[in-house]
Amino acid sequence: MSGFKDAGHLFRFAGLFVLAFAVFLVVRHYVVPKSFGQYGHYRGAAIGEIAAHPAKFAGHESCEGCHSDVQEVKMKGKHAHVNCEACHGALIQRLPAAPQPAPNLYRRLLALVIPPMPVESTFVRHADDPGSVIPPLPDTAVLCVRCHTASAAKPKGFPQVDPAEHAQGLACGSCHKPHDPGMNAGGAK
Amino acid sequence: MSGVEGFMYPNEIALQWSVLIVLYPYITGLVAGAFILASLERVFLVEAVKPTYRLALLTALAFLLVAPLPLCLHLGHPFRSPEMYFTPHSTSAMAMFGYVYLWYLMAVLVLEIWLDYRRDIVLLSQSSKGLLRLIYKVMTLGSSNISPRSLAIDERVGWIVTLIGIPSAFLLHGYVGFIFGSIKANPWWSSPLMPVVFIFSAMVSGIAGVMVLYMAITKLRKQKIDMRCVDTIAMYLFYIFIIDFSLEMLDLIHRIYEADESFRSLNFLVHTQLYIPHIVIQIFLGTITPIILLGITQVVKLPEIARKRIYSVSGCLTLIGVFAMRWNVVIGGQLFSKSFLGYTTYKMSLVTREGLLVAIFLTILPLIFLWALVKLLPPWPEKSAPPRGYPVAAAD
Amino acid sequence: MNISRRQVMVLLPAAAVAWKYVLAGTPEASPNYKMSEHWWSMLIDIPKCIGCGNCVRACQTENDVPDGNFRTWVERYHVSDENMTNPTVISPDGGKEGFPVATEDGEKYFFVPKLCNHCADSPCTQVCPVGATFISPDGVVLVDPKYCLGCAYCVQACPYGCRYIHPVKKVADKCTLCYHRITQGLTTACCEACPTGARQLADLKNPKDPIHEFLKTHSVQVLKPQMATGAKVFYNDLDGSVR
Repeated sequence: MSGFKDAGHLFRFAGLFVLAFAVFLVVRHYVVPKSFGQYGHYRGAAIGEIAAHPAKFAGHESCEGCHSDVQEVKMKGKHAHVNCEACHGALIQRLPAAPQPAPNLYRRLLALVIPPMPVESTFVRHADDPGSVIPPLPDTAVLCVRCHTASAAKPKGFPQVDPAEHAQGLACGSCHKPHDPGMNAGGAK
Repeated sequence: MSGVEGFMYPNEIALQWSVLIVLYPYITGLVAGAFILASLERVFLVEAVKPTYRLALLTALAFLLVAPLPLCLHLGHPFRSPEMYFTPHSTSAMAMFGYVYLWYLMAVLVLEIWLDYRRDIVLLSQSSKGLLRLIYKVMTLGSSNISPRSLAIDERVGWIVTLIGIPSAFLLHGYVGFIFGSIKANPWWSSPLMPVVFIFSAMVSGIAGVMVLYMAITKLRKQKIDMRCVDTIAMYLFYIFIIDFSLEMLDLIHRIYEADESFRSLNFLVHTQLYIPHIVIQIFLGTITPIILLGITQVVKLPEIARKRIYSVSGCLTLIGVFAMRWNVVIGGQLFSKSFLGYTTYKMSLVTREGLLVAIFLTILPLIFLWALVKLLPPWPEKSAPPRGYPVAAAD
Repeated sequence: MNISRRQVMVLLPAAAVAWKYVLAGTPEASPNYKMSEHWWSMLIDIPKCIGCGNCVRACQTENDVPDGNFRTWVERYHVSDENMTNPTVISPDGGKEGFPVATEDGEKYFFVPKLCNHCADSPCTQVCPVGATFISPDGVVLVDPKYCLGCAYCVQACPYGCRYIHPVKKVADKCTLCYHRITQGLTTACCEACPTGARQLADLKNPKDPIHEFLKTHSVQVLKPQMATGAKVFYNDLDGSVR
């Protein structure tokens, strides 16, 4: 017992550890997100948050819902399996972002250590509200050459031409109908 | 793309880990090495190095306090780092950093320093004035018991702490080696030898660091350098250096011999971008030259002044060489593409959060901390209480 | 198959209802999507890829990928039969605007689209110190941007170079297999935009998915199989020179 009297300082040091550990456990209980560990060693709610991002491309089935006439033409030609948005793009209109507070000195200093989260841009889609986004007509002179310019690197069976030689200054749309581009089977203009 | 030669995956072109990540293993290496030197006296009873015992512990503490800074400054979200304490991922070597660091800081280093200095702290808390008195009082944890029995208990417990501290020091620095060594995606890093090489080069850098600091500070204090102490340190430095050099050469030779798919790319890298940092600075200037110089002092009996010069030069070259080794591992491992078809360059910035100025500041900061610690807890034998094991005289 | 306008009018509100559950953070509870019923993967058909870059552009649009970083990219290989281990590879801006015209020189050319392989034994999730990156129960490797520290350990650990640190958000980022799309029955943006069908989303748990037949009848490989990452992006006709 007298041995403990002379080791009192060691118990004080150990006491610091115990106290710190207790504080740690309490803080941990409040700080760790509730959904952590739900499916594994991660925040389970993250899955739902990631899944909740709004989709920009509508998907060809959505286009075909309204544009069934185009779909009927396309189904018969060489571009049957080329999805609408592959050529027409995403057809969205980004909305102006909410006004950000002016960057004063405090915010600038804070940004050095805590990166400000960028505000997710909102947008409207032609697929949801056709009137709100008027899709620009793709320029065939630019669009078609991206895929169909001949190159030794492309698969041999893929239809490709040297645009200058083939078109001789004309836009591709002058002769080919984009939705049914084949010249022989009724696609010619 | 500027700075890129050949082909790199598009996301690989900019380096992710900067000079700060080079500094971190360098700093913890100095900590581990300094502690090993201190343990030479405490556990292995190499009495000759006693004059550096307390200085080595304070050096370790000064550098350990700075160690988390390069990591926090490199993180994208530094204020989320407590997540490593709350939800450490058991499969990640990096996740153990928080707990290993805290363990080593509090349960090894601070405890050992406290136990060794306790008598001085209690005496200083009684003799100082003002703010210093308060600081010392807090450090006593309210106990002013410096009876012979309590000091004997301190001695015994301190010995156990040092004993536990040796593998703890290996863990503190070895896990960094494992962080790199366990990445199968990167053949420059992936190797079971990596933690071992890290530990031995850490010992080399820490011992050289304490040796250089001891000689420099003693000179500044216009005191006499204990040559028996420094000769012994240099001897241990020499032998550990041999082991370290052998390990590094083993890795190199093995790599050249097996010549796997990454070899052509890495070989080209070492002959071009890494030629100066790796071959010239790390191997020739930083390893072979100090080994030869120290080797000379081991076989030829040189006069004191020559030995002092050789030790200073070797110590400094060693410190530079080990930094170069960390650079070559961290930066070198990111300069080549994982496709083995291309290379990029490291553009170190000057004034950003991860730039050169910050790196220089973080190298100087531990010396500032050391200065403060030396002032607060003087490590000099002539200033401290009588040596351990001797009957304690009345407080002076 | 044709969906009439009327059917769309019915499907959209149903999707919105299912959406409520997804938004509430419990996609499991959505009546239309159960994570345990899916194990997502992708099939890349090398002979069909024409290097048009549609996929790279579509991904950037869909996911707001910052310039200079790539969630997916296309590489062009130029292989000489005398030196198969040293191909010439280019990926100008990730292939986003296509590739320069290649001149015929009698040697082998092909395109290789790359993305996150959503590895079943991913080294990137193994090394994350806090659990910010993980594989979801339906097989998609994701990053939790609210939890990630930005330490870049996962970026170092990925053998395929598909990860990067987002320059603004300062967290790790990568292909999510358009998780927000596939959980509502759409395909990924890159597959939607691919004009030749070189990229196909696949669900290994769906017995009717064409991938099962494809895997049985074609020579299929994953990238860097020696790394044993359990990669789930399968390449048809992948040449031995591909890195």
